[in-house]
Amino acid sequence: MQIVVDLNRCQGYAQCVFLAPQVFELHGEEALLYVPTVPDGREEHVRQAVAACPVQAITAGEQAGGDSGAR
Amino acid sequence: MPADASSADTLFRRITDYANRADPYPLYAELREHKVARQEDGKYLVGTYDEIAALLHDPRVSSDLRNRAEPDPSIMPPEGPPPSFIGRDDPEHDRLRRLAMRPFGPPHSPGRIDALRGDIARISGQLADGLRGKSSFDLVDDFAFPLPVTVICDLLGVPSEDIPQVHTWADTVVSGLDFPPDEDPGARRHAAYEARSAMGQYLGELAEKRRHSPTDDMLSALANEDGPEGALTQQELMVTTVLLLIAGHETTVNLITNGMLTLLRNPEALERLRAEPELIPSAVEELLRYEPPVQFLPQRTPLADIEVAGVTIPKGVPLILVLAAGSRDPLRFPDPDRFDPARRDNQHFGFGSGIHNCFGAPLARLETQIALTTLINLLDGPRLLKDPPEYRNSPVLRGPRHLLLGQGKH
Amino acid sequence: MPGEARGARRDGRIVIVGASLAGLRAAETLRDEGFEGELTLVGDEPQLPYDRPPLSKLVLLGKAGAEDCGLPARRPIDARWRLGVPASGVDAAGKSVVLADGERLPFDRLLIATGTRARPWPVPGEAALEGVFTLRTSADAGRLVAALDAGPRRVLVIGAGFTGSEVASACRERGLEVTVAERGRAPLIGALGGTVGDWATRLQRAHGVDLRCGVTVTALTSAGGRLTGAEFSDGSRIEADVAVVCLGAVRNTEWLADSGLAAGPRGVACDAGCRVFTMYGIVTDDVFVAGDVARFPHPLFEYQLIALEHWGNAVAQAEIAAHNMIAPGPLRRPHLAVPSFWSGQFGLNIKSVGVPTFSDQVVIAQGSPEERRLVAVYGYRGRITAAVTVNRAKWLEHYRRLIESAAPFPPGPGAADHLADLEPVPSDVPDPRVLTHGPTVALTGHLPDRRLTLVRHDG
Repeated sequence: MQIVVDLNRCQGYAQCVFLAPQVFELHGEEALLYVPTVPDGREEHVRQAVAACPVQAITAGEQAGGDSGAR
Repeated sequence: MPADASSADTLFRRITDYANRADPYPLYAELREHKVARQEDGKYLVGTYDEIAALLHDPRVSSDLRNRAEPDPSIMPPEGPPPSFIGRDDPEHDRLRRLAMRPFGPPHSPGRIDALRGDIARISGQLADGLRGKSSFDLVDDFAFPLPVTVICDLLGVPSEDIPQVHTWADTVVSGLDFPPDEDPGARRHAAYEARSAMGQYLGELAEKRRHSPTDDMLSALANEDGPEGALTQQELMVTTVLLLIAGHETTVNLITNGMLTLLRNPEALERLRAEPELIPSAVEELLRYEPPVQFLPQRTPLADIEVAGVTIPKGVPLILVLAAGSRDPLRFPDPDRFDPARRDNQHFGFGSGIHNCFGAPLARLETQIALTTLINLLDGPRLLKDPPEYRNSPVLRGPRHLLLGQGKH
Repeated sequence: MPGEARGARRDGRIVIVGASLAGLRAAETLRDEGFEGELTLVGDEPQLPYDRPPLSKLVLLGKAGAEDCGLPARRPIDARWRLGVPASGVDAAGKSVVLADGERLPFDRLLIATGTRARPWPVPGEAALEGVFTLRTSADAGRLVAALDAGPRRVLVIGAGFTGSEVASACRERGLEVTVAERGRAPLIGALGGTVGDWATRLQRAHGVDLRCGVTVTALTSAGGRLTGAEFSDGSRIEADVAVVCLGAVRNTEWLADSGLAAGPRGVACDAGCRVFTMYGIVTDDVFVAGDVARFPHPLFEYQLIALEHWGNAVAQAEIAAHNMIAPGPLRRPHLAVPSFWSGQFGLNIKSVGVPTFSDQVVIAQGSPEERRLVAVYGYRGRITAAVTVNRAKWLEHYRRLIESAAPFPPGPGAADHLADLEPVPSDVPDPRVLTHGPTVALTGHLPDRRLTLVRHDG
């Protein structure tokens, strides 16, 4: 599972960090960092973070083009 | 019927009227038609999504009641300590909230809430086990109340033997927020003030003990804070922990209770969640939109004249943001009166928005996700025995006082 | 058929050149809106689409691998992918894209999303030295992070725009010594102006960066093909094992040189609906552009053509371009999104809305520089055109509304955390030519990219 966060939308509510601290972290008080390739076993917590994001900024899904046979 | 009963300037009176507690949503629809509605007593109500969003992010909107042009003794005690961060503006709000956040969440304690998952599931399972085989029970007293109260007391460091006392105080404080019709609010406010003081005193003494013999709870961390910005003063600590304790147990009770009530009124949604438990997180978000535990924010005040939807809201007046009306605005949410557990793009106001967004939101989310999952799995054909249920008095923290459920063959 | 002209164009062949953020999101939007024809994505890099912003932050901090930044799919797109091969030209009349390996891809509609590349160090011999890096692709990031892992004694960052500042921040966080060289007066000045730039100067120095402004690097020194240091225009010199060249971006338009389209060093010019102009200034109806490579008119900025190297613009413009590629004329939409971007550096979250360089004045409307939490509001001729927050992102939405409604500058009183003694000052936006780093927003004007020579045929 891959994730990307639209950090233009992100306002630093940090709900994702609470729910999946192994994937999301605050760098300082407000800047969000996240691991784009979700570690195995953390998918459910990431889905919770996706649902909980107050500005709906998180997209989770399989690698784009991963099913294309492109590579 | 009095002539003014349907006029927009009585909306607040009608919303707070206990007779409308079970279903305030038609009144919210009426409010949205006006976007901004000036009330007979000078209050301004706002109920449309876009306008509420703008005001929640407007730095000229104060949360500090001391900015009211005419002090309102009914919601603000004339004496007592300065308000907690919920009633302060930046930069003080920011400092107090940041210090309170240090032992609770990121950046300093990012894993604190995540680590409670096991405890919440265990307590939830024990409470649900107690319901097994009962043909009828009260979801509030037997489940929705004890779960979050146990969790927040444990997190803060309140010993379990003191929980009944804490609950009595919290009830009294919350009823001080009520808008009871035709009753002199004085006695109620005074009792609330006394309870708040007693609770602060109690928590202050507890923190003092932890200062000398710290454990791993939040009170110990707050009392022994040694970060770069220093610690909360003793008075700030008392005010802050009173807020966390009250907010941490009233609203989640209502969220869980409203959740079961909504699911039992929407059996197809309940069946869907049984079949697709991965929808529980989005169902909780939908619940926060559809039946939010905090219906409106009564304590805002403009610091300047602010124009909203063509209306100028004057500096210093009471400004009331009706979040629950905004979350059902058809201009923002398609089919807003439908409960859709898989709803997308659900940027509801269930936890507010902007700098005063709910501090305890992640804990409430987790508790409700786990509570509903447990109840859906363990209850045996649950059904409502009384619909609508008996509601608490408060129009702000709106929720059933009891929710009588039956289960099993009948 | 007239009937068809009124309806959506859901069939046919669409080629998207550029398989990064804009190309991917455009492809997904096409399918979302019902495009059922053949879809081909062409990308010069061999990787599947990945996200670039983490490369200069997360990856340099060692918190994720350079190869782990793949973009999630929003939905399946059922596309043919031609990765690892650049497009070399467009035959506009014959309606086909030519790839570098000779393959021709016929199209009914084309989307250009080739983005930008890092501007290389101008001296090829020095640019090729071991230890000299640029940072744009995941391969770049992988090489740079390996060099940082090796524990260089000093890193030289050339150019103090956002990328250069983020690289310097990551190096300091890793405990590495850093020198930053910038020809302009201050870091970030090209995007945020000199007043905020002066604050960035203090920020970098407080974090131990050896910041040298008003100088240029005159030579990269070497021994045995390895970088050893640099000489500056003020006569000083340093020793460094690693140099990161952050001179801004070059738009990938060379492949369009013979296309007859309005493409040049400043980008590919288009209308508000992302339709590309020909070199004669006539709008096409089958060639579209989106993302960093596009220059488009924006009503908030007096319809000047602007080019934005912003993540959010790539997404928003790709969605508009894709919609317009299949929507019938009356249902087409303009690309009007207010520009916005973010940067994480030195533990701070810097966010912007509007175009700060489109300004003459700036005021600290909330917070203060000293506490490193602030809102700076920019104005141009008495209206608000931009706002920048530092660790104050929750207020930004308010200022976006003010920008959209052309609210008067300076903003009115009343913000609870406004310090009353702060008055507007000149925003001090420099001419981009005096900077080492390129601006990430370029007001590219109305001028065509090249002069036309009218050839009269006698007789």
